[in-house]
Amino acid sequence: MEEQNRQIGDVLLAVEDISLSFGAVRAISDVSFDIRKGEIRAIIGPNGAGKTSMLNCINGFYHPQQGTISYKGNTRSQMKPYEAAAQGIGRTFQNVALFKGMSTLDNIMTGRNLKMKSSLLSSVIWWGSAQKEELEHRRYVEDIIDFLEIEAIRKTPVGRLPYGLQKRVELGRALAAEPELLLLDEPMAGMNLEEKEDMCRFILDVNDEFGTTICLIEHDMGVVMDISDRVMVLDYGGKIADGTPEEVRADQNVIDAYLGGGH
Amino acid sequence: MEDLWFELSFFLEVLFSGLLTGSLYSLIALGFVLIFKASGVFNFAQGAMMLFAALSLVGFQEMLGVHWTVAFLLAFAVMVILAWCVEKFVLGKLVNQEPIILFMATIGITFFLDGFGQTVWGSDIKVLDIGLPSGSFDVGGIFIDKLELVGGATAAGLVVVLAVFFNKTKIGRALRAVADDHQAAMSVGISLRYIWIVVWTVAGLVGLVAGIMWGSKLGVQFSLSLIALKALPVLMLGGFTSIPGAIIGGLIIGSGEKLAEIYIGPLVGGAIENWFAYMLAMVFLLFRPQGLFGEKIIERV
Repeated sequence: MEEQNRQIGDVLLAVEDISLSFGAVRAISDVSFDIRKGEIRAIIGPNGAGKTSMLNCINGFYHPQQGTISYKGNTRSQMKPYEAAAQGIGRTFQNVALFKGMSTLDNIMTGRNLKMKSSLLSSVIWWGSAQKEELEHRRYVEDIIDFLEIEAIRKTPVGRLPYGLQKRVELGRALAAEPELLLLDEPMAGMNLEEKEDMCRFILDVNDEFGTTICLIEHDMGVVMDISDRVMVLDYGGKIADGTPEEVRADQNVIDAYLGGGH
Repeated sequence: MEDLWFELSFFLEVLFSGLLTGSLYSLIALGFVLIFKASGVFNFAQGAMMLFAALSLVGFQEMLGVHWTVAFLLAFAVMVILAWCVEKFVLGKLVNQEPIILFMATIGITFFLDGFGQTVWGSDIKVLDIGLPSGSFDVGGIFIDKLELVGGATAAGLVVVLAVFFNKTKIGRALRAVADDHQAAMSVGISLRYIWIVVWTVAGLVGLVAGIMWGSKLGVQFSLSLIALKALPVLMLGGFTSIPGAIIGGLIIGSGEKLAEIYIGPLVGGAIENWFAYMLAMVFLLFRPQGLFGEKIIERV
């Protein structure tokens, strides 16, 4: 995937020396890494290595006790998840966090929440303009639905969909917010081979067509190596390798972590 | 023939009176549904909020000697402040906790409001008079209570407004999103704080309206917060998440208990009005646990 028209730019997000603990349990210790604009960045590692905790720090669900996170050059202190969303950080979750009672369409529409300007009061007073705005956003959402090839389930309550499709709807909801940085937490977990291939294709297309920077977590090394520009490896909360897929694959620490050294 | 006509008109009168009382139950149930829909919390404090709102309204009227509309706005402002405080000091601290913990917190809010309301406004029974019509009128031999009719119309109006609000607006969708999954809602940029303040404010407004209706009927007194418990069978019948369900449930409970009192009561020695609703709801629960209109919970195993 080293195509010429893809451009990797400056550092979009920099994580410096962060540590996170829950009581006596250290989830992340002294990890630094960065994500560059336009790249597909993977974080891999065995179960419990601190991957999801890292994503949770980036979008503000957790606040690391030490270290700093800067996004687009701004170092932040304590950020709330909705503030992260407002600044262009979108995400999906490991255990599919969809709004189960709502249809596919409504779920993806919630992703437009931040883009819709009409406030509570104004939508009461200027009913017509709020409706017009709703329609414009609806059009954008329909495009996403076409892009992800989920037209057939537009009106289906997502609770009834198979797991693979739920993951796709969740990706759609994150895309609806037009994120600059998209965090994907195990987007291919629990999928069969065909679904995994579809998901890979969507991730590459999103990166390519929308220029979205992607940071994804995977448990399974195989797929990730094929689509990522750079890979960071975590183990027991610490960083053990960082580099191109080839470098990481050849790294002795990584081989040990994955192939048994002490696990 | 004469007899039959009398029987029929008597039946209709009981039915109407029941339906209108039922619509007042619905008004209380609405407040519960709103908060449950938007935050997945069963708000035990809804009755106390109704009492507190009505007490504030009467209190402002007495204290400042202002027109009821001014007192209404002031009482509404109090409910907004209450919503803000509830979020700031209680729910905001309990994000992502189990529903049972949030439920216990609302019980705490109930006792606080009951006590605080009486400390501030006193514990006497107060007369609430905002000029709603009283007495009854006669339609073809059937007497209809004017106040109950106003209550019914108000409940119907509120339902229409709320249904549109929930299903057609951006904020309505955000409310439903928060109800489904807190984390996911935050990740798409919905501020839980804002949503909770909005929904508690709306529930406070519904409580204020319900408080005015019940207060005009019975006087503003502590027992109002007990009447709120009548909303429980209404919710079991209608479903905890459905606004139309709250209305239909209220109508069934209201008419059911009146009719039962008149027609079944004498057979079993009377006074069944007070527990009939709960019995009906329990029987119902056995056959349709999600209520008439509640969302059926589909759990993947």
